Amino acid sequence: MILAIKNTFTEIGETTLFVKRFFKEVFIPPYETKEFLKQCYIIGYKSLPLVAITGFIMGLVLTLQSRPTLVQFGAESWLPGMVALSLIREIAPVITALICAGKISSGIGAELGSMKVTEQIDAMEVSAVNPYNYLVVTRVLACTLMVPLLVFFADAIGIIGGYVGINIHGDVNFYRFLTQIVQSLEYLDLLPATLKTFFFGFFIGMIGCYKGFNASNGTESVGQAANSAVVTASLSIFIIDMVAVQITDLFF
Amino acid sequence: MMEKKLHKEPKAKEKDQTPIIEIKDLHKTFGKDNVILKGVNLTLNKGEDLVVLGRSGSGKSVTIKCIVGLIEPDKGEIKVFDENVLNISKSQLNEIRVRIGFLFQSGALYDSMSVRENLAFTLTKHKRDLSPEEVEREVMEALENVGLAEAVDKMPSELSGGMRKRIGLARTLILKPEIILYDEPTTGLDTITSREISELILDIKHKQKTSSIIITHDMACAKMTADRIVVLKDGVIHAEGTYEELEKDEDEWVRSFFE
Repeated sequence: MILAIKNTFTEIGETTLFVKRFFKEVFIPPYETKEFLKQCYIIGYKSLPLVAITGFIMGLVLTLQSRPTLVQFGAESWLPGMVALSLIREIAPVITALICAGKISSGIGAELGSMKVTEQIDAMEVSAVNPYNYLVVTRVLACTLMVPLLVFFADAIGIIGGYVGINIHGDVNFYRFLTQIVQSLEYLDLLPATLKTFFFGFFIGMIGCYKGFNASNGTESVGQAANSAVVTASLSIFIIDMVAVQITDLFF
Repeated sequence: MMEKKLHKEPKAKEKDQTPIIEIKDLHKTFGKDNVILKGVNLTLNKGEDLVVLGRSGSGKSVTIKCIVGLIEPDKGEIKVFDENVLNISKSQLNEIRVRIGFLFQSGALYDSMSVRENLAFTLTKHKRDLSPEEVEREVMEALENVGLAEAVDKMPSELSGGMRKRIGLARTLILKPEIILYDEPTTGLDTITSREISELILDIKHKQKTSSIIITHDMACAKMTADRIVVLKDGVIHAEGTYEELEKDEDEWVRSFFE
């Protein structure tokens, strides 16, 4: 029991130092621009199909599920605004971040874990290349910038899904549909929702890197690193979301 | 292809006795009571090939990982090129690391990169002003030194165990190190490939005038490459001498390595 508590505090301390190192090294040259762009391509571009499918289904299902209730109150015309608001403020950021946790965080955890186990990270270290700068800084930065873009993309595709959902039971002009959405949205709906996606991205990247970078020796630890990265990143997304909603509620 | 002619250098006693690595009273314990090193004292002289023998888990790899700063010892002193690597800054340590090559047991090639990228990666990180043509020339030269120029476009997954080690060595050589640390260079290889790697170690020593510490269990490799051999036992250096001397050592345990 005491050992478990001690291990928990040790892990918290190590994680803090790992995160602190990021803020120290991100400003120190050499800047690994090529690797950063490569990671943006892998994390951002290669996640587009998955995010598109999920976003479309989110919008479609949300519309179909909400419609009967709104029809009962004769408020069917509120449907575009309600769907867009739900998607932009909550559903698209959280669901996209969870998908990224599953795809990106586990991928980074497994990749770095495998590099650690096969001494590739040590090989970088002994050849006087800073593995943290090359592997961690680039991936965390790419995640921090790409996840918000993926969320914007999911918002847009989700809204198209909502339009398709509305047109299953009726006939709404796309221009009118968009006008209703724009009228129901405010600047303050977008700002907190966008800000929290940067935190989602940062933690998705950081947790994947931490778990992979600290994989203990042995192939079993690669699987553990990937698994642990997904679980921790998913949990952290919900915690960040809860904190973000509380802060938004307080100030906006 | 690799030059087959061997260039066996004179034995240690006839050579330059300038120490380039000096390890004094090195201690390392993992966890609470897993004592690995209990006061290792070791010297590598310039131009010398030093073979380290010992049973598995005796601390051979730990010792050379301490030299390059991969493992931090609990106590002791490690001087490389007259600098105590345990008391210097990270940037100073990196300057020394560039002058030391390290061949990992598995080769430790970067899986996501081709052979060309593996070699160019290390080079371009240290010589950022090199043109692509110069990088290509240096990569091909390093690969030709290990006899694997034709593997330049292959991925590590397409290489055999022996090829991985040679490419690992080429990646080490591309920075033209003065010292090379070999961590079990022939482990897991067949007899013929092991001999080729041992010949390569000698060839590199002749061409690049390197000094080496070679950790091995392969006595054929030790016989071919060693100017001097040290034997690790119970966390300290138990015996030291040339291959011929230790082969006839009065300690039966030492002799058992040579049987």
